[in-house]
Amino acid sequence: MVEHAEIRMVHRGGSKINFREPVITNDSRFLLCAAGESVNVYSTSTEEYVHDLQGHTDLVTGVVLNPSNHLQVYSCSADGTVRLWDFTDAILIKTFIIGYPIYSIYVSEKHGGVVFLVVPMADYKSSELFQLVAVHLPHSGDQEVEARELSAVLCDVSPHAGAASFGREGEYIASVKGLQLEVFFFKKQKSYRFSLKSGMKKGAKNAFTCVSCHPKEDCIATGHEDGKIRMWRNFNQKKEYTYSTLHWHHGAVNTLCFTPEGTNLLSGGIESVLVHWHYTQENQKDFLPRLGAAITHIAVSPDGSLFSTSHSDNKITIIQSCVKVSAVIQGLVKGDGVWTNLIIDPRSKALVLNGKPGHLQFYSLHRDKQLYNLEIVQQEYIHEEGLDQFEVVNAAFDARGNWLATVEERRKKGAELEITLKLWAYDELTQSFVLNTTVTAPHEDQITAMFFSPSPETTMLVTTSLDGHFKAWLLADHSDANAEGFWACDFVGGYHLLKPGCCSFSADGSLLSVGFQEVVTVWSPASWELLTTLSQPPGAIRDLCFGRLSCSKYLLGASTKNQLCCWNLLTCSLEWSTPMDVSLLQADPLSENMAAFCSQSGSSDLFVFKPSEPRPLYSQKALCTGKVQHAVFAPRDQMLESCEEHSWCPLLLMVDDSVAVTPFYLLLGKHRGQQLEKQEALTNPMAERTQLPQGSIAIKELLHTPAHVLPSASFLCAMFVRSLLISSSSTIYSVLCCSTFGSEYSLDSSWVLRYMLGTPVFGEFLQILSSSVRLDGERCCTAIFRSLQRCLIRFKSGLWLRHSRTFRDLSRSQSCVFLAVCLGLLSCCKVTLRPSLRSWALWSRFSSRISVLCSVHLSFDPD
Amino acid sequence: MGEFKVHRVRFFDYMPTAIRAMAFNAHTERLALARMDGSVEIFNFTDHYFQEKVIPGKDSRSIESLCWVGGRLFSAGLNGEIAEYDLENLRPKYSLEAYGGPIWTIISNTQGTQLAIGCEDGTVKLFEVLEEHIQFERNLDRQKGRIISLSWHPSGTHIAAGMMDMIRVFDVPTGHAVQRLLVDRGFGGSKSRETVVWSVAFLSDHTVVSGDSAGKVQVWDGHTGTLVKTHLVTKWDVLALSVSKDESSVVAGTSEGTVIQFQFIAPTLHQQQGKEWVRTRTFKNHTHDVRALAEIETAIVSGGMDTHLVVRPLLEKFDEKSHASGLRKIHFPHRNLVSCAKKVGLLLFQFPGQLELWRLGDSDGHGKPGDRLPLERMPEKLLLLKRKGEDHICCSALSSCGGWLAYSTVSCVRIYRLQTDNNNISITKVSKLPKALHSAHQLCFSSDSSKMFAASSQSSVLVIALTQSECKYVHTLKPKSGSRQPIHLMTTSVDGKWLAAANSDCEIHVYNLQKLKLHCIVPVYGSCPSAMGIHPTTNNLTVVHADQQVNTIISQLYLLQDWSRKLQKQGLHNVWLDRDTPVTHVTFNSKNPNQVVLHDMHMFCIIDQSLPLPDQKTQFYNQMTLRSLSEQERPSHLHAFKICKTFQDLLCVSLLDDQSLVVVERPLLAITSQLPAPVRQKKFAT
Repeated sequence: MVEHAEIRMVHRGGSKINFREPVITNDSRFLLCAAGESVNVYSTSTEEYVHDLQGHTDLVTGVVLNPSNHLQVYSCSADGTVRLWDFTDAILIKTFIIGYPIYSIYVSEKHGGVVFLVVPMADYKSSELFQLVAVHLPHSGDQEVEARELSAVLCDVSPHAGAASFGREGEYIASVKGLQLEVFFFKKQKSYRFSLKSGMKKGAKNAFTCVSCHPKEDCIATGHEDGKIRMWRNFNQKKEYTYSTLHWHHGAVNTLCFTPEGTNLLSGGIESVLVHWHYTQENQKDFLPRLGAAITHIAVSPDGSLFSTSHSDNKITIIQSCVKVSAVIQGLVKGDGVWTNLIIDPRSKALVLNGKPGHLQFYSLHRDKQLYNLEIVQQEYIHEEGLDQFEVVNAAFDARGNWLATVEERRKKGAELEITLKLWAYDELTQSFVLNTTVTAPHEDQITAMFFSPSPETTMLVTTSLDGHFKAWLLADHSDANAEGFWACDFVGGYHLLKPGCCSFSADGSLLSVGFQEVVTVWSPASWELLTTLSQPPGAIRDLCFGRLSCSKYLLGASTKNQLCCWNLLTCSLEWSTPMDVSLLQADPLSENMAAFCSQSGSSDLFVFKPSEPRPLYSQKALCTGKVQHAVFAPRDQMLESCEEHSWCPLLLMVDDSVAVTPFYLLLGKHRGQQLEKQEALTNPMAERTQLPQGSIAIKELLHTPAHVLPSASFLCAMFVRSLLISSSSTIYSVLCCSTFGSEYSLDSSWVLRYMLGTPVFGEFLQILSSSVRLDGERCCTAIFRSLQRCLIRFKSGLWLRHSRTFRDLSRSQSCVFLAVCLGLLSCCKVTLRPSLRSWALWSRFSSRISVLCSVHLSFDPD
Repeated sequence: MGEFKVHRVRFFDYMPTAIRAMAFNAHTERLALARMDGSVEIFNFTDHYFQEKVIPGKDSRSIESLCWVGGRLFSAGLNGEIAEYDLENLRPKYSLEAYGGPIWTIISNTQGTQLAIGCEDGTVKLFEVLEEHIQFERNLDRQKGRIISLSWHPSGTHIAAGMMDMIRVFDVPTGHAVQRLLVDRGFGGSKSRETVVWSVAFLSDHTVVSGDSAGKVQVWDGHTGTLVKTHLVTKWDVLALSVSKDESSVVAGTSEGTVIQFQFIAPTLHQQQGKEWVRTRTFKNHTHDVRALAEIETAIVSGGMDTHLVVRPLLEKFDEKSHASGLRKIHFPHRNLVSCAKKVGLLLFQFPGQLELWRLGDSDGHGKPGDRLPLERMPEKLLLLKRKGEDHICCSALSSCGGWLAYSTVSCVRIYRLQTDNNNISITKVSKLPKALHSAHQLCFSSDSSKMFAASSQSSVLVIALTQSECKYVHTLKPKSGSRQPIHLMTTSVDGKWLAAANSDCEIHVYNLQKLKLHCIVPVYGSCPSAMGIHPTTNNLTVVHADQQVNTIISQLYLLQDWSRKLQKQGLHNVWLDRDTPVTHVTFNSKNPNQVVLHDMHMFCIIDQSLPLPDQKTQFYNQMTLRSLSEQERPSHLHAFKICKTFQDLLCVSLLDDQSLVVVERPLLAITSQLPAPVRQKKFAT
């Protein structure tokens, strides 16, 4: 029964927020930055994520304020469109279709209605040549406008942001590429080129990296590879031009920015120091050091009061009045690589992986936000290329999240490998991990795998290493009651001097299997007895995994020679094997299901199966391009957890190594989730249902509670809808509605529709809803939803009392609209009212009105 | 090329002295350069920066400042005297006590009628420039504190004077100080130290630019006396300023060895108002203090403590790459400081204060090319001869047999008889010298050591006959042209028949020594001869000019030799022409009459006249390629110029009679290591 349903990406997080220069709005309240396929809006004062501007279908490559309306922004994307947004309400105003992938966008006040875009050269499609074109944006009432009249301004420009800049009053544009600076004067329609020698002979690297023009004077500042900044003047002549050189940076100057008045020049590079150069007094410079990571972009608010620096560790720092770091917006840190597996912290449910060099980062999947960094290496990090540094290569949590084990290693060329194993205890007081034990050189060679025993009685850690041993580490009980215990090695095991590559504990911790190349050994951790060996050559064992729950008698192993084997531990024999090139095996911690990733011809396939059944439950070919490196089953959102008894809805999280835009994907097998839920509902009949809120009393209660203390709308919605329905198969519905109204996940209407229409009708409400839903191309957009949105906007704008009549009329004809609006309203009120706490009286009046309407409507309901 | 035994001589501890002052004469395009030892050098900038004249120094003379008035050169120094130089006889014409204590600076007005000096006692003294003399005119208002620097407004009505902690502007007709500009002191510890205004420049729009010991370059309004702009350029001193002719650029030299350019630039393009002095480029060609600076039409000339002169061309003034657009560093004088006794293997080194006579080492070992031979006898310093009197040695000569030695200062000539037998050396001064021989610009012995030639004033050559007991005046050879310029090169033929003498007017006279009369004047070529030699067998005269042209003249017929004519026709290779140091010595291989040995600072070259000339397409430095080719292919790649760069920083290359080559090197690194430590600079990652 292989199910070939759609697997759907519900959430894609961890996108680069440092990809392009951010924009600070005119009132300095918001900071907008390109993040993957959307534009994120953050509050500059609270560093909170406000909302995002969604609509682009490919990587957003630039955000600029509309020079003629400071409440709008233009964004450009590799999907070939320029979009105009109202960023305060996250409304897409217009879409201009250009037709070529766009790499950068530049605007100037003096060039009204024109945007300057960097697009590939038309006749050099294959090669990496780009041109700067001017596009007149047509005035038109339509939402989507074609703007295909491009006029070339400069040829052969760099596609990087910051490689071009408008000069004083938009008279000219300066662009740098390689060893050449080009200045194009719009009035004369003439360009001047200035070249530098490569300077390689003298040890200088003169290539340009960035450019910025003085806003008031004719001076162009350019940054260079060797850390110099050159200030060009008199550049309207071929020979008599002149420049002066400023040199402070020792690495390449990544970005340059003049303040709006032109009194300061800001520069940043790998030194992670923001340098303020005083214009015309270049000897006087101020520094803002210790910003954490290399500066990649600098943006200044239009009034010059706020600076923001983007950093290479996916962070945006907001700096107030030149001196104070006032806020830090931290995204998912992507270092040189992910050496540790993806791990879920059992306490915070955060994803844990390599962060900054020498750190582990705790990253909340649902809020798409870094929670904190745990410094592991505890050595100063020196920013220098080619320096061997300690790196965290392994990490593991025990089942309750009380212990964290980390392995760091440093390999110098031609020198001994340095490995340190550190064990960290969770400290309830400080709510963080405290170093408990440091074991230097726990093994003589690289540690390949490390796991805690899941058994609740003992806290045991097992490490396997290429030196041919695996070691078990135990928390030694100290005789002194006050002193905290420390970890010590309990057992060293090996098998015929073979190198262990992987290990796995059974779900109850009573068995440990260690893969020694072709041989799988099974040990009893209680007595350290070698129970049995399983072998199925050819091919070394790559990954081992015990089955869970009903399938706990099975042990699965993936070998390098395209074999996936399943052993029955009761009979110690091979149950089945199948030729599959499995690169990764993951067991669902809440069901007996397993996920296996196969890499085939440049893309990865996913199979979900039960060890007891030789056929997969579900398979997905070509999940993503590239090889999946790590994946983990992630717990679901807290909100769902509280409403559903089975709190661990499987989410699958993976990292693939392809050079994708956002190498980080969060994938949810939505449909599979349904299946599993169903199964779980069947297999776990004891999953008791919570008492559903009954009738109008509950609703009254709900509506009389102030909005800011209410749970989120999606939760309410689920409860509410469930309360309206026959309870027998309500699980399906609860999830369905969550995804319909929930703001967390993108609305995939086609899917919603399919399942709504496919399921038996549960009442009048549903009939109305399904009949009113109409497919409109790919996007499902119903008339009702549109009016619903309109209503919502009005309510948001604070005019909701005046519109109550329209609302009533509408709701009379279409009962579901009412439902949607009032629930949507709850969510929007929650959003808008929370910070300011608008008048409580108004709210109670309105809520009482809704409650009346609700009770009226409930009388229509089938029950 | 042939194989030679090479004496690689590194024991000549020649040490140039630091450059103190500089003055550029825009009319004649001559740069006058004063060194710390009081010597003055004149460079001809129209003729490939050739060092035309050297006026030797004097112990008691120190020069702080130089100044051209028309074609006349004046200097002033801390000995309190103003001196005018006789550029024809290469000596001070007269010196004048100014009675104001040490003089820090001397300037002239644009009209060339007056000189102003700044004295230690706080006076600015004006001197009138007369036809043959200068005469004290008057003092401007006396100030407290010394006057360090002066600048005359182009109109001649005002003088800006840099002092301690302030700048004064004087009204010249009344002599009163009209403005007092206070200069800030440095920060921190240097707050208690007075700021020295090392240099001022008065521009025609009454802007005063000053450079001071606090590291600032400041721009002042001379009308109102207000500070317009401060550029802090260094932590140390700004020692020199120079303004370009059109006053659009100012360069400042600092103690860190940098030269910083400031340009007068409008903040916005297409607009002439509101121009500002903006710091633009920085040139770093020196390691030590830049004490002297001149911004000329196409280049910035700088010199300082690290003794070399740097001509940094401003590339925007050139349309295309040429020899003039390359950076030029002048380390060594463009004349010979080494005399070589070819027959006996003695070397005479000339220092300003002494002469050193060395015997070359000896080795009878044989080895492959490139091998280092073991020395059987170490080179030996035979003699150290200190000069008498205050004047520095200007020229010296050693006869080829090693029996005679002569040197000259501006005041006297001394001749010594040397006798070496085995390890004993005896030196006897020739006591009675003819009266006519009182000073010489150049000295030279005939090859049989029977005669000595001394270049005297007005391009004349004195012939002195030498015998064991006495020396006797024979004749004065006079040129027909009546040139008054000094002779800077002299050479005789081996057979003793010919003498060639070249003077700064680019004239070469060939004298017949048997008839003691002028044989001919070589056709004047536009560039000054930098080296010449007479071939031992053919008696052809080979002349190398400052512009790197090589001419060979058949002496009897005063005609160009065929080879030379061919060379003229075809032109020299660009690589040869682009070299930046002149050839300073020409010798011949007596074994192979086709070979001429020349050298400049960076290479020596053997010109084989029997081989074809290189055209522009051929590879000029082809030693490496030749080595890689097979025997059969080699002849097709050969050309006449064979260049060896194995030896660097050459002062002399000479071919001894026993076919061994003497190469006198003076590594620049050795010179740098003897300099005082530069000012401390914080360097990144130190």
